[in-house]
Amino acid sequence: MSAAPDHRPTFAAVSLSDRIGKAMPYLLIPLLVVVGFFAIGSSSSWLTLTVSGLAMGMMIFIMASGLTLVFGLMDVINFGHGAFISVGAFVGITVLLALSGWTGVPSLALNVAAVILAALAAMLATGVLGWAFERVIVRPVYGAHLKQILVTVGGLIVIEQLIHVFWGPDEIFLTRPETLKGAFTFWGAAIEKFRLLAVVFGLALFAAMLLVLKRTRIGLIVRAGVQNGEMVQALGYRLKLVFIGVFIAGSALAGLGGVMWGLYQEVITAGMGAEMMILVFIVVIIGGLGSVEGAFIGALMVGLLQNYIAFLEPKLALISNIGLMTAILMWRPQGMLPVVKAK
Amino acid sequence: MLNLLSGDRPRSIILTLILLAILIALALAPFLFPGVRSLETAARICIFIVLAASYDLLLGYTGIVSFAHTMFFGMGAYGVALASTHMGRGYDALIVGSLGGAVLAAILALGIGLFSLRVRAIFFAMITLAVASAVAVLVSQMSWLTGGEDGLNYLIPRELTPAFRFGEAFGVKLTGKLVNYYVIFGFSLVLFLLLLRIVNSPFGRVLQAIRENDFRAEAIGYRVVWYRTAATCLSAAIAALAGSLFAIWLRYVGPDTTLSFEIMLDILLMVVIGGMGTIYGAVLGATIFVLAQNYLQNLMGVASEATGSIPVLHELLSPDRWLLWLGVLFILSVYFFPSGIVGRLRAGR
Amino acid sequence: MSDPILRLSGVHTDIAQYHILQGVDLDVPRGGVTMLLGRNGVGKTTTLRTIIGHWQARSGTIHFDGADITAMPTASRARAGIGFVPEDMGIFTDLTVEENMVLAAISGPLDRKRLDWIFTAFPPLRTFWKSEAGNLSGGQKQMLSIARAMAEERKLYLIDEPTKGLAPAIISTMARALRDLKAQGASILLVEQNFAVAKALGDTAAVMEDGRITWTGAMAELAADTALQDRLIGLSMEAS
Repeated sequence: MSAAPDHRPTFAAVSLSDRIGKAMPYLLIPLLVVVGFFAIGSSSSWLTLTVSGLAMGMMIFIMASGLTLVFGLMDVINFGHGAFISVGAFVGITVLLALSGWTGVPSLALNVAAVILAALAAMLATGVLGWAFERVIVRPVYGAHLKQILVTVGGLIVIEQLIHVFWGPDEIFLTRPETLKGAFTFWGAAIEKFRLLAVVFGLALFAAMLLVLKRTRIGLIVRAGVQNGEMVQALGYRLKLVFIGVFIAGSALAGLGGVMWGLYQEVITAGMGAEMMILVFIVVIIGGLGSVEGAFIGALMVGLLQNYIAFLEPKLALISNIGLMTAILMWRPQGMLPVVKAK
Repeated sequence: MLNLLSGDRPRSIILTLILLAILIALALAPFLFPGVRSLETAARICIFIVLAASYDLLLGYTGIVSFAHTMFFGMGAYGVALASTHMGRGYDALIVGSLGGAVLAAILALGIGLFSLRVRAIFFAMITLAVASAVAVLVSQMSWLTGGEDGLNYLIPRELTPAFRFGEAFGVKLTGKLVNYYVIFGFSLVLFLLLLRIVNSPFGRVLQAIRENDFRAEAIGYRVVWYRTAATCLSAAIAALAGSLFAIWLRYVGPDTTLSFEIMLDILLMVVIGGMGTIYGAVLGATIFVLAQNYLQNLMGVASEATGSIPVLHELLSPDRWLLWLGVLFILSVYFFPSGIVGRLRAGR
Repeated sequence: MSDPILRLSGVHTDIAQYHILQGVDLDVPRGGVTMLLGRNGVGKTTTLRTIIGHWQARSGTIHFDGADITAMPTASRARAGIGFVPEDMGIFTDLTVEENMVLAAISGPLDRKRLDWIFTAFPPLRTFWKSEAGNLSGGQKQMLSIARAMAEERKLYLIDEPTKGLAPAIISTMARALRDLKAQGASILLVEQNFAVAKALGDTAAVMEDGRITWTGAMAELAADTALQDRLIGLSMEAS
């Protein structure tokens, strides 16, 4: 066979401003942390708030990651995602309460085992629920955004009400397992053990998720599918199956986030999922619909900003997220890391 | 008559009869159904017809889902309440409050619209949800201005209150409450006819063209974002006026009665069940819904009592689980009756 | 002559309310290059998209390698042995060149020998193996798009305008690669506007007009008859 002529390979040069533009969202978090330091003044308060902001951000990210991928892959917008958060919390906390013999003793091993069991139960329940939700609620309305929004809102209401039917109308209070209670002091700052654990766990989960997305074939299919689903199918992959898998995984993660949020707040309500959805939506919008990394950055920013502002000007804490969203959308109307859609 | 309806006839004999029956029932409600509770129900129906119809302008005619409609509704209500509190009892306060609320609602809608509709229409649903919930929290936090969770009580002109009596007719005591009802009824009718006019104007037809195919509408030369934003503003202003009527009727506003997410769901349901994109659907949807809300919950109570021995069923039928059945109904209607009752009636003509 | 690798019989395809394909009958013989020619907008791209399954045929049948694939999902058609190079190239721009290729090898890891062959045909792909595909130039993206289809042996390749908007030097690279592919015994259905390329590569030709095939025959016959070209495609060899 003949060799191709040796025409000089050209490579579209990446300009400096392009590179900064790409890296900019990642730089926003350290920037926010530094600005927070100077605004707050006291280093111990700042450290406490930063850890709690990061913890909150990690939990929101866990809840948001599935939603953003589901949208990216199939253009499905699921307003019922919050239901998985609530169901996860109720199932997980029920298991935890049933294991009070394990959680009430100051044994790290037993405590952690109880939390892991609770998380697994929650993820199993919400994963199955997600599978059913996709089949019954979402599948008939593919490709129709208006109906998707309406029907998934309906699904959210029904599931929320069913929680009331099964667990009663009242909120459930709980206490964390013994060894996860309380705080320790570090550099003069009180840091709650659970929050630190949430940060570490969230980081590990994010790393694992990136690893799956970047290093495995299924991850490649998901990333490629978010960009150009048609082409993924033309190569020979059943995108629908991948999508259902992602939907189930995303629902399970939302359930996990629900358990963590319940442990964080030490109270759970049927409406907690719907409340969290507001933050989740803000996060996926500012991150860029379909982008896992964008959701991660967005979630951390929301968590940090809310904690800083709550300290500086408590009444503005909720508005701060809307302000953040407004600012980001003025800067990048498609969100920080928009997915480049083919077509 | 046709002119009043802007040439948009109900296009179904049964629908016409039902609409006429509702119109007559509402027009003569104080005399046909005497009693405080039924008048309360009638006024609520009038107001929710306007509210649902203004939402239909958005959902049905423009194809945009908003979760901020109660926010605009609340802005009108709080406008009247705040004006009446600070300007003192008087018609001027009612007018200033209503117009102020409507203008503010339109401006806020303009802001949200320009922001989110520019990018993609589904952003709008998420952003309105976020903004509306933030506003609801803000209202309950700023108690110095809004009365917080407790809301505001205020005085309205005496001629609109039960304390004002001026005789009796057909065995019904004529009081200011009656006058108030007819104020609500009259304004609701006018606003409804106005909406009918809007959707049947050239503007309304462009909206429908955009809903069917926004790329094509853009290609033909219509500025899609502009039209969508304009529809959002109009719909917000009319929702605010409905809120003002509500505030005049109740003489009280609070976050639960005007801003809650539950009311948002009620509106969604009214429009979907009545029939999206028909305006008349709002009349049917609101009427059925308010009646059901007031009377069906009693029935559920009875059913729940009767099934007291069966654990889960008893819970399912409890009046507190009213929303559960609404949700189920909602999903089913989106699947099976996307054109709602009006669509069914027109198809079965 | 053996039975065709692909046979379309009376295929109608609608896109939204538009009736694009109005009864396409087309045979693609085993081995060799079949050119699908015609003016812009006559339905060539829609024909390819209907074959791979991105559009569903409203009526008519599509047989591939003896099996009826009319109702099959796209992925199964691809796995049955159809490679597809779309008009817009369908590059996953956020993925690296390597990741694009890894995805294209559906039945396992990339075959080393095949990869060497691809690198010889398209040297820039080796140079930019670890780079994001979004940073490639237009010609390099087109190379990657074809290389992806070549990553596995497929029975039939559907290739939509591989030379569109490319510089002459790169066009000859493309033509060479396609000839290589053909030399390996592959069957190719090629949509091409560049008549010189069509003439050089094509064995048989089918010409479309208004959603139907109106002429089929040997490419050489069409290439020799300028009056026929003028009538069918609106351009003659002199013009190209």
